[in-house]
Amino acid sequence: MTGVWKTGVVASVHRQTETARSLEIDVAGWPGNLAGQHLDLRLTAPDGYTATRSYSIASSGAGARVQLAVDRLPDGEVSPYLVDDVMVGDQLELRGPLGGWFIWKPEQPEPVQLIAGGSGVVPLVAMIRAHHAAKSAAEFRLLYSVRTPQDAIFADELASLDKEAPNLTITWVYTRETPAGWPTAAGRVTRETLANATIPVAQNPTVFVCGPTGFVESVADNLVDIGHQAARVKTERFGGK
Amino acid sequence: MAHVDGNVLAGPLSEIFSADMTTAMGRCAGCGDVSPLAMAMVYLKPNAFVARCHLCDTMLLTLIQASDTNRLDLSGLAALSIPR
Repeated sequence: MTGVWKTGVVASVHRQTETARSLEIDVAGWPGNLAGQHLDLRLTAPDGYTATRSYSIASSGAGARVQLAVDRLPDGEVSPYLVDDVMVGDQLELRGPLGGWFIWKPEQPEPVQLIAGGSGVVPLVAMIRAHHAAKSAAEFRLLYSVRTPQDAIFADELASLDKEAPNLTITWVYTRETPAGWPTAAGRVTRETLANATIPVAQNPTVFVCGPTGFVESVADNLVDIGHQAARVKTERFGGK
Repeated sequence: MAHVDGNVLAGPLSEIFSADMTTAMGRCAGCGDVSPLAMAMVYLKPNAFVARCHLCDTMLLTLIQASDTNRLDLSGLAALSIPR
């Protein structure tokens, strides 16, 4: 059962940005997962106090190894431990795979627009990897909003997939600092960004939006405003300010 | 912290239901909207989840996790259609 707590062992850790790390975890009894699903991770203090958080999974498919990418929240109870302290061989308590709504399946033929704010890219990376692995003919576009070029998670992999995969296009939006020579000034994702740099409404794409709550709600409202049906816009919020 | 959404209920509700409840369709007792629970606005409290209708803010469900009991209040859901 997905709701049963399982034990995972950290198999590898990789620094992604100054504040984020990816972790590969081997989970005994993990049944595999769909692209976009998440898991719950529970930490227990020596006095019995527990803290549980949901993390999106960057990997998908069969197999008992899952990959997460975690960004450190300044006042977080769980993320600082995962980003700064956890070491290979450490055990973690997990349950999943969880969630059947914010998912993409390779048999979906329609165009897909992915929109990420910060570490909201994690479940969308799972979808991009699944799309690539399945050699899906569906058009995929990712709009990825990050503060600065140094804040992008999975940046190298995304850049090479952008070049390599024929039906994947990635648009970067930098909110605080752009790379040198970037054609547009730093700024947030606006209605105009969405109208100009995402799959047109006429192609009836499925849209997945993931990121901090404020980002997701602003993007989702603007998508509906430019004509997308609310029911075709799937959202996942992870809180924040 | 800002609210999140119904996706976060997948794990906690998996302790109670065998089906994935984020894809269950709930009818809001306030405005009659029918949407997947994943679309609800969810406010996180210590050991509790409060899910509200994404359109009218009616409290759809409350889950309180005590040490040995899950207390689930569904009074804001007029109906639930749960995948088999």
